[in-house]
Amino acid sequence: MRKELEKYFRTEKLPHIWCPGCGHGILTGAVVRAIDNLKLDQGKICIVSGIGCSSRAPGYLNFNTLHTTHGRALAFATGIKLAKPELKVIVLTGDGDCAAIGGNHFIHACRRNIDITTVVFNNNIYGMTSGQYSPMTPQGAFATTAPYGNIDRSFDLCKLAQSAGATYVARGTVYHIPQLIKLIEKALLHKGFSLIDAISICPTYFGRKNKMSSPVRMMEFIKDACIPAKNAEKLTKEELAGKIVIGEFYEEFAPEYTEEYAKVIEKAREGK
Amino acid sequence: MNSKAILMQGNEACVEGAIAAGMRFYAGYPITPSTEIAELSAEKLPKVGGKFIQMEDEIASMGAVIGASLAGLKAMTATSGPGFSLKQENIGFACLTEVPCVIVNVQRGGPSTGLPTLPAQGDVMQARWGTHGDHPIIVVSPSYVKEVYELTIRAFNLSEKYRVPCILLMDEVVAHMREKVELPDPSSIKIINRKKPDPTIKEYEPYKDCDGDGIPPMANFGEGIPFHVTGLIHDITGFPSTSATVTEALITRLMKKIYDNLDDILDYESIFTNDADTVIISFGSTARSVMRAVQIMRREGQKIGMLRLKTIWPFAHRAIQELSSQVKNLIVAEMNFGQLVEMVKASAEGRFYVAGINKFNGELIAPNEIISRTREVRSRA
Repeated sequence: MRKELEKYFRTEKLPHIWCPGCGHGILTGAVVRAIDNLKLDQGKICIVSGIGCSSRAPGYLNFNTLHTTHGRALAFATGIKLAKPELKVIVLTGDGDCAAIGGNHFIHACRRNIDITTVVFNNNIYGMTSGQYSPMTPQGAFATTAPYGNIDRSFDLCKLAQSAGATYVARGTVYHIPQLIKLIEKALLHKGFSLIDAISICPTYFGRKNKMSSPVRMMEFIKDACIPAKNAEKLTKEELAGKIVIGEFYEEFAPEYTEEYAKVIEKAREGK
Repeated sequence: MNSKAILMQGNEACVEGAIAAGMRFYAGYPITPSTEIAELSAEKLPKVGGKFIQMEDEIASMGAVIGASLAGLKAMTATSGPGFSLKQENIGFACLTEVPCVIVNVQRGGPSTGLPTLPAQGDVMQARWGTHGDHPIIVVSPSYVKEVYELTIRAFNLSEKYRVPCILLMDEVVAHMREKVELPDPSSIKIINRKKPDPTIKEYEPYKDCDGDGIPPMANFGEGIPFHVTGLIHDITGFPSTSATVTEALITRLMKKIYDNLDDILDYESIFTNDADTVIISFGSTARSVMRAVQIMRREGQKIGMLRLKTIWPFAHRAIQELSSQVKNLIVAEMNFGQLVEMVKASAEGRFYVAGINKFNGELIAPNEIISRTREVRSRA
C-alpha cells in the first residue's frame, strides 16, 4: 500500500476477511484512491454498508462507518444525509444487498436524487453465504441454489438506476482500475444520487461453479467481455449478448433532495 | 403563565411532546391510525429547523431514524401493527448499537391487517420481544391525551439517557381522542440529552463503559474522531468479535443498564390499593374504563383498587409484589386475548388469585363489564 493511503485504513484491522483472489480489495482501494485524489475531508465522510462480503469494507476504512442490516444501507444513509447534509455519504453494497433485499430502497434513493454515492461491489453471487444466485447472476450460470443452471433473468442495475431517477450512472470493473477510479471521482463530485456498478470477481464461489476458479481466469473473462459504452452504441442486441458494457452512461443536473428540503424549511419558517 | 388549555388529539399531543423533547427528525410511512403523527410532523418540524421524510416503507423509516440519530438528531417514527412488525429488524439494530430513538405504535386490531380503524392492545408482547435475540427495551403507555404529551417527552428522555429505543405504546382510542390539555411552559420541561464523550480525548472507544453506569458516551458522526458502528456483536472499540467473553459482557451490560435503573424507569399509579381486597391492573385506554368501574364500586362500598401501568416494559413486578396481604384478587383488564396477565401471574407467585378481563373484537372494555367480572371473581367459592 502507498504510504499516503495508510491514513484511510484501519491498518490494525487488516488483513481483511475476503478470500484469496477476491476483487473486493481492489474495489475498496479504488474508492480510497478516488477520495485521496479529490482530497475530501476524511472526518466529514460517512461510509455506510449493508450485509455481505462487500459490506465488510467499511470496517477497514478510517472514516465514520456504519455496517447496517441486510439491504438497508441506503435507508440509514438517507437518514444521515438528510440530518447532516454537510457530510459526504458513500454507500458500499453488494449485488444481493442492493438489488434483491435492498431493491426498494435503491430505486427510491435514486428517485429522490439525494446526494449519496453508491458503489455496488457486483460479483454476481452471494459470497458470504457461499455461492447462491443473486439478481446479477447471468442466466444459465451455476450457483449452489442453481445446480441445474440459473433460470432467473438478471437486472441491468445501471438502466434501473437511470430510469428510477439517479443523476449519475456508470459501470467499471476490477480489471479497468484507472477508469474505475475516475468514475468514482466523478460520482463523488456529482451533486445528486450517483451509482457506480463496479464489477468484481468471486473466484471462490462464482468461479468454482462456473469453471473459472482461478482469479486470473476470471480477470481474463472480464477483460474479454467488456466493451466501452461508446462502442456498444453501434452494436445490435445479438452482438451485445454476453458483453459487459462499461463507462459513463448518464449524467444529469437535477434538484438535489437535501437542498430542496432546505427550501421547505425556509417556506415553513416564512409561514407560507 | 404561558400555558393555556386547548382541545387536542392524542396523536397531536404526541407530536407536540416530541418537538418539546427535542425531536428534529421524523421518518415514517402512512398507516392508520397513526397517520396524524406523520402529517403534523411534516408541518411542524421544518418550522423548528427539523427534518421530515416519508420513506418508501416501514423498514426504511426505521433505518433513516437510526441514521439521523447517529448524525446527532433526536429522531422518531410512528406506525401501527403491520408497520410495527416491519420495523422490528432495525429496532433490534438500534438495541444492539445503542442508538437512541422513539418508536410510536398506535395499536389497532390484529393479527395481520386486522382491524385498521379499531382499538386493541394486542402488541404488548411484540413491543417487548418483537425483534430477535436477547435485548433491552423500554415501553411506555399513556391513558390520557395530556399523558401522551408527557410520556412522549419521557420516551425521548429515557431513550437518550439509556441509549435504548423507547416505544410509546398507544392504542387507537387514546390516539384519536380529543381532550382538554394544558401544555406546560416549555422552559419547565426537563429535557435529557445523550451523554457525549470528552471532546479532548484522542482515542474514542464508542462502547466503553467509561462511567461505570453501563452507558457509553455517544459521539455524533462527523464531529471529531471517526468511529465504527455494526449490528454484529462488537467489543468496546465497536468492531466485530465472536469471543464468548466479549459477547457475554456486551449482552450483560445492555440488560443491566436497564434493569439496574428500575427506580428511574418504572412508572405506575396505584389508586385505592391500601385497603383493597381486589386490584384491577390495566394500562392505556382500558385503564379509563377501569377507573370508572372502580369509582362506581367504591361508591357502593366495595374494596376495589387499581394499578395503572405507565411503564409496560420492563415489567413492574415490584408494583405487584408490594401489594398488601389484604389483597386477594388481581384482575388484569386488557384489549387482547391475555398477554400482560401472564406477567402478573409470574409476579403473583401464587400469592393472589389472578383473573383476566379480555376483549379482542375491536370494542372497548366497558365499565359495566369490569364490574360484573369483578363481582364474579370476588364471589368465587
